[in-house]
Amino acid sequence: MLKRVHFPSSPLPYLLIAPQVIITLVFFMWPASQALFQSFLMEDAFGLSSEFVGLENFDVLFGDEQYIDAFGRTMFFSFLVAGLSMTVALVLAAFADRVIRGATVYRTLLIWPYAVAPVLAGALWVFMFNPTLGIFPYLLKFIGIKWNHYLNGGQAMGLVILAAAWKQVAYNFLFYLAAMQSIPRSIIEAGAIDGAGPVQRFWTLVFPLISPTTFFLLVVNIVYAFFDTFGIIHAVTQGGPAGSTTILIYKVFNDGFVGLDLGGSAAQSVVLMFMVIAMTVIQFRYVEKKVDY
Amino acid sequence: MKSRMIKYLVAATLAGVSSSALAITEVQWWHAMGGTNGERVNKISADFNASQSDYKIVPVYKGNYTETMTASIAAFRAGQQPHLVQVFEVGTATMMSAKGAIYPVEQLMENAGESLDKSAYLPAVISYYQTSDGELLSMPFNSSTPVLWYNKDALDKAGAAVPTTWDEVKSASQKLVDSGMECGFSFGWQSWVNVENYSAWHNLELGTKENGYTGFDTELTFNNSKVTAHLDRIADMSDGNLFVYGGRRGDSLPMFTNGKCGMWMNSSAYYGGIKSQAKFTFGQTMLPLDTTVASEAQNSIIGGATLWALAGHEDEEYKGLAKFLTYLSSPEVQAWWHQETGYVPITTAAYDLSKSQGFYEQNPGTDTAIKQLSLNVPTANSRGLRFGNFVQIRDVINEEMEALWEGSKTASEAMDAAVKRGNTLLRKFERSAK
Amino acid sequence: MIENRPFFTFITHCVVILGVLLVALPIWITFVAASHDEVRMLQSPLPMLPGTHLWENFKQTLFGTGLSGTESAPVWRMMLNSLVMALGISLGKIAISLTSAYAIIYFKFPFRMGFFWMIFITLMLPVEVRILPTFEVVANLGLLNSYWGLTIPLIASATATFMFRQVFLTIPDEMLESARIDGAGPMRFFWDILLPLSRTNIAALFVILFIYGWNQYLWPLLITTDTDMTTIVMSIKQMLEVAEQSPQWNIIMMTALLAMLPPIIVVVTMQKLFVKGLTETDK
Repeated sequence: MLKRVHFPSSPLPYLLIAPQVIITLVFFMWPASQALFQSFLMEDAFGLSSEFVGLENFDVLFGDEQYIDAFGRTMFFSFLVAGLSMTVALVLAAFADRVIRGATVYRTLLIWPYAVAPVLAGALWVFMFNPTLGIFPYLLKFIGIKWNHYLNGGQAMGLVILAAAWKQVAYNFLFYLAAMQSIPRSIIEAGAIDGAGPVQRFWTLVFPLISPTTFFLLVVNIVYAFFDTFGIIHAVTQGGPAGSTTILIYKVFNDGFVGLDLGGSAAQSVVLMFMVIAMTVIQFRYVEKKVDY
Repeated sequence: MKSRMIKYLVAATLAGVSSSALAITEVQWWHAMGGTNGERVNKISADFNASQSDYKIVPVYKGNYTETMTASIAAFRAGQQPHLVQVFEVGTATMMSAKGAIYPVEQLMENAGESLDKSAYLPAVISYYQTSDGELLSMPFNSSTPVLWYNKDALDKAGAAVPTTWDEVKSASQKLVDSGMECGFSFGWQSWVNVENYSAWHNLELGTKENGYTGFDTELTFNNSKVTAHLDRIADMSDGNLFVYGGRRGDSLPMFTNGKCGMWMNSSAYYGGIKSQAKFTFGQTMLPLDTTVASEAQNSIIGGATLWALAGHEDEEYKGLAKFLTYLSSPEVQAWWHQETGYVPITTAAYDLSKSQGFYEQNPGTDTAIKQLSLNVPTANSRGLRFGNFVQIRDVINEEMEALWEGSKTASEAMDAAVKRGNTLLRKFERSAK
Repeated sequence: MIENRPFFTFITHCVVILGVLLVALPIWITFVAASHDEVRMLQSPLPMLPGTHLWENFKQTLFGTGLSGTESAPVWRMMLNSLVMALGISLGKIAISLTSAYAIIYFKFPFRMGFFWMIFITLMLPVEVRILPTFEVVANLGLLNSYWGLTIPLIASATATFMFRQVFLTIPDEMLESARIDGAGPMRFFWDILLPLSRTNIAALFVILFIYGWNQYLWPLLITTDTDMTTIVMSIKQMLEVAEQSPQWNIIMMTALLAMLPPIIVVVTMQKLFVKGLTETDK
């Protein structure tokens, strides 16, 4: 953790670390501890009266079928988003890696969805898939598919997954392409001399060599799907129909911000905080190992 | 505060320290009216500001109804609340129970010396926002009620008459589909239209304690056989596309305006939108009657929003606010607002003025909403709803109704679940609102 | 290329081009939508080819009132606010993260690990989860409707600190040894050696944080009541839901187009540094 060679103790490090510590204390610790405190309270929306209820909010939470369902749904959603965006990115990167001239051009053309705000991405997709007006439902009708994500929970889930994955393809593509380009050409050439075709070489040589990237991306993508997709869901389905796209982060927002159930929402925040910390530790340990070696 | 002070300083410097610039009292009004209705809100404010020189109403658009309400509550908790905020009707119980946070409009007007004649307001509008003792808590502003919109050209082509009962809705839908339309009818704001208003229209109770008016210990009862039979009938009509579900709120509007569905049940306030988009002759009529439940319709209940004054400001500012509210409910402003937007006129004077201006003759059907609201003297079942956490409860009802349309639940399963989940939310509210 | 198979190369290009087209489809649709008039955008089926109203919509959006009736600031003003917010967040976060990571890695002082963990647990916890309490804090400090309120609370996150920590750990110890032999003090070492060595990482972080800041919408929505402070992304969400009316898709999509442009320009122009900075540390 600490450098073997380091500077001796002095007031300087305190000065250096102070801005971040102050901001963290004021804008993170304080609100977070208030959220923690609020999770033990039952309070009206305006904060005029509150009652200490101990763990009751948590009790209610875990007794709530909708909440338990949201857990499972979040897992399903996250793995599909990660799987879809990583697969597409891997395929594109594998092909782009073969192109010597033009790789940068392709990269430029693929990179930009990363910059699009989730809520904008949501707006674009909901616009394209509007059951009455959208271009896709119009086209889908010709192959006999009736598109109505306002009614059909499966289609709604499909749509948010698509929108979420679309945004993430760019990021995954960058990492995969960089990983592939860092594989020494000699290894691939040796494979070719042994008579392996491009497809075979990919599976036996390239894919195993980039597995650390795959693992890293898996973690990043799941974290992304857990938290950053909030804007997409808010713009596309608002958790519906019949709650079929309500994932955990959306439920925290909806119960707290829309429903004004501050205690219940705070309890959900606390659960999420613990999940985040757990995920962080996993990622941290992994990254740590990489750096040590 | 700091930024406001800086603003004052800048304003003072720019105005060459002219005293008149500083004497104006500003009154903040947060509202949820985007688009053309937002323009109208701005016009009302600007007209008021031009009509006198002591007060200035500052309208601020704060997003949709939920965002506006949450933003004001958050602002109140932080001591930064606006003077006036537009809250939709389902937020009524939440606002009402926040005794220290709101400034009841009746009191406000009295303290400011402005007259308020409650009998001038339409009973169906005002009763939604009165306490059980009759005190008016918030100022009605944009109220609407669901009506049946129809595509006249399509009905004529299909050889169907404008339906007045649910049986006729079904046969008309069948004819529409037979004549080549993609769907017979659809609706938006489904809980409001097909549970809340269906109950009021047929004089059915939605919950105990007079729909919550007489106590927070109310319980929901809309899982009765009449409501479920009604919903089951709609669900059955999905076969053959007599009914097609098109989403919450107004998401299904394009289905109607693009000529895919021949009939659409939703707020009368879509008048402006339909008028600008529909390329066919359209009309509006009263909600259909369910003859198996009642032989005559009661009255429908309103939706839309009212204006709540929030506590914690200077008396002088409230005085300006009171003057603005008087201006806002004057017959001229209300008649103009009603005619432009399709919201109902909230006072009888505004209604009479519109009549004498010949508005209803030039625009047949535009008085449907007001006729429907004032069809009968409201009963305990039809004057409105007073359920806490109703924002969430309505979402629950929406969710369960969607499960019904999708076919994963029957109407009684869906409504039982909605009542059970809704009652949990009511109990939660009861505890927090003590 | 290892071997020369023209047909396979052809297929390769086809696949990648197909990917590019699929990824680009939403932007094409946005562009098309931004070039038609309002009523056309509510009629089925929606057009696939551009219309003739692009310039008109552009003018109305950028210099007119934008979406009618919201009394919002003109779009150029919103873009300016977004720019200030994005720059404030990215530069502020980079500055505080660099110094705090430096302190943690290169100094030994009491409570070092305590500070580290305190910063560390803020990693990744999104604003949405703690938004109401944070709002109260900001309001109590009187920072509503200010650039400070828009930026500082979003700087409270450890991602950047963590990344610089990783970077500094990979810098050989000999660097510091030789610097000290040359008589360089801590600040000198920081400016002359650490900063130049972390150049690509700073660039990569800048891109990430700029986009993060630009794309915020729930936070600005909550803390700005003054229309002069609205940001462009938050205005889009507001446009999508107008009570009892249909959305004005032509204006919304034109605004979306304008809102996407700056972050896309940042990513595309800085892509070389961005890719290098990202892939060399995190992997």
